[in-house]
Amino acid sequence: MHIPDGFINAPASLAAGAAAAGGVGVSLRRAAQTLQDRQAPLAGLVAAYIFAVQMLNFPVAAGTSGHLLGGAMAAILVGPWAGALCVAVVLLVQGLLFADGGLSALGLNIVNMSLVTAWGGYAVFALLRRALPATKASVTAAAGVAAGISVVLASLAFVVEYAVGGNGGAPVGTVLAAMVGVHTLIGIGEGLITALTVGLVLGVRPDLVHGAAELQTPLVLGPKGGTAEEVR
Amino acid sequence: MRSSNLRLFLLGGLLVAIGLALLVSGFASSAPDGLDKVATDHGIAATARSHLFENGPLAGYAIKGVGNQRLSTGISGLIGVLVTFGIGLTLFALVRALRSGDRPDPGRAP
Repeated sequence: MHIPDGFINAPASLAAGAAAAGGVGVSLRRAAQTLQDRQAPLAGLVAAYIFAVQMLNFPVAAGTSGHLLGGAMAAILVGPWAGALCVAVVLLVQGLLFADGGLSALGLNIVNMSLVTAWGGYAVFALLRRALPATKASVTAAAGVAAGISVVLASLAFVVEYAVGGNGGAPVGTVLAAMVGVHTLIGIGEGLITALTVGLVLGVRPDLVHGAAELQTPLVLGPKGGTAEEVR
Repeated sequence: MRSSNLRLFLLGGLLVAIGLALLVSGFASSAPDGLDKVATDHGIAATARSHLFENGPLAGYAIKGVGNQRLSTGISGLIGVLVTFGIGLTLFALVRALRSGDRPDPGRAP
């Protein structure tokens, strides 16, 4: 879903660049306040893992493939602020070293694939969690569904950018229908990969999953047989 | 024990990422992704300009001079994973340092 140079005109690209810079700035500040010590190296790993899995395009329809975006997954694993930064790092590496995603479109790509998927995906995840029982299975299911929806949200963000500053001649309605259609299919793949990954981490180190923080059994201290006191 | 456990987890995760990028990436679909396909179908693709670094040594997830396409993709993926991991570790270590240097007062903390 990487936008190359030229798809979107300069004013819209610049505006997206400013929005991306603002979003990354907010993420840096909030991550500095909330990221737990043990999650810092995990966030580095999440970025590397997203880079790897983004290379694995899977077929979705005749002559079309999709790949993980990863923002929702990152947000569920390390929180929405650090999660957005993980994908921003991936996009920076891809744009600078791999010529994937135009440099003038870096802001557009950060808005769509980092901010919209991490924040939007996390918001959907949080809503789903409220409606579901507090179990690991619910976290995994909510992660999958939220990640799938986040891909459609990212495709909608592109359509907005195209409507504002698209250089192509296709009508916005046509692009909207085509983008949402194909990204609904890609979202299914994103949801499966995200559920698999979050489920695996929940199985091995549930304490590392930001989106499952309240599932942790609180540490109980107290005299044997005496009154126990919960330690938060 | 917890911290060595965390190190083991990180190492395991990194090995998974390396394995996917190095060994599996060469078997990924080469069909255009959703946006590329829509752009091609609806005449947007013609508005694309070439990337400033299109001739870079890793451009297009390939290594210049490596003929075997799967190997070329795989090695470029390995480099990408390691570079991303390095930048990510550094960034989040800095983010954490930012907190210890500028601790928010407990009243408004997270």
